[in-house]
Amino acid sequence: MNKKCIIIPVFNEEQNIFSVIKGVKQYSDIDLIVIDDGSIDQTAAKCSEAGAFVIRHPFNMGYGVALQTGYKYALIKGYKYLLQMDGDGQHDPKYIPEFFRLIESNECDVALGSRFIEDRNFKVGILKFIGICLFRFVIRAFTGEKITDPTSGYQCLRREVFTAFTDDTFPCDYPDANVIIMLHRMGFRVKEIPVDMYPNPSGRSMHRGIHTVMYYLFKLILSIFIILIREKSVYHLKEWD
Amino acid sequence: MTLPQKIFAVITCLLLFAIILYLVKKGKLREEYSWLWLLTGLVLLVLVLWYDILLFFTKLIGAVLPTTTLFLFGIVFLILLSLHFAIKISILTDQVKNLAQKLSLLEAQKDSTARKS
Repeated sequence: MNKKCIIIPVFNEEQNIFSVIKGVKQYSDIDLIVIDDGSIDQTAAKCSEAGAFVIRHPFNMGYGVALQTGYKYALIKGYKYLLQMDGDGQHDPKYIPEFFRLIESNECDVALGSRFIEDRNFKVGILKFIGICLFRFVIRAFTGEKITDPTSGYQCLRREVFTAFTDDTFPCDYPDANVIIMLHRMGFRVKEIPVDMYPNPSGRSMHRGIHTVMYYLFKLILSIFIILIREKSVYHLKEWD
Repeated sequence: MTLPQKIFAVITCLLLFAIILYLVKKGKLREEYSWLWLLTGLVLLVLVLWYDILLFFTKLIGAVLPTTTLFLFGIVFLILLSLHFAIKISILTDQVKNLAQKLSLLEAQKDSTARKS
């Protein structure tokens, strides 16, 4: 059993997923698991064709639930390290070895890929930039940690971390900056590494339109508030059967 | 409280009782959800029939008319019921999510085993 795995949650990504999987396979021969979150197109077939192991949700439950299914699978299968990345081609797979090197050398429990830790001239929309600045400030205020890219989904986790995330306390709605605060409360060490990210090839985004962005900000602030008022003992490490 | 108001309130409470008992008997309403409705119907019936208690509560909450107290109790009940359902929905959402995830994992493992053999 390989002790490392890569999970990719996807929803209707038939256009990009084949090249994403091929890209990942160029840089590693690590077990690759795609969680198809109830896609209604040919996503699952494309994943199998590209050689990935596919877990299919019976219906669409959202990005966070798909991630958690991946954590549960990794837990059952006994993986020690897990890397998660997006299925739309935004995350450059050339950093995969560096992510695992960082985790395996015990420098941190969670490695976060950051677009902003080095000036790589990555452009984000004004609303997203405001959100990123807001969450940087909130994370700094409540944890004292300087996180430059709090909304990054390119992450590598140690087993203890993804075990904790299989619990119902994991914020499945929008796992984002709130998860970083949760990790801090759980006592895990987070470290950022510089990565390149690219705009979605099909121009789609999870957060389209002003009302979606406002709702996202509201839900995230609410989630952070709930994490802060919860007793630390709520976040226990428990095995999922 | 005027006599027509009293008659209307009693009929409403009795109708509520009858509908709830009918739904429980037919198996369309689970017992665990019926008790809150029955309790409310009972409280409202007691308040309507025992006028002194209604007056006591009216004075206690600082209302002018006894009917206000009845409406207030009704609204408080509806808020409690909404909260009760919100709690139930939260639990059910987690359960559905966990079940769907477990199903996905089992199916994936089954497919993987079938492919190997």
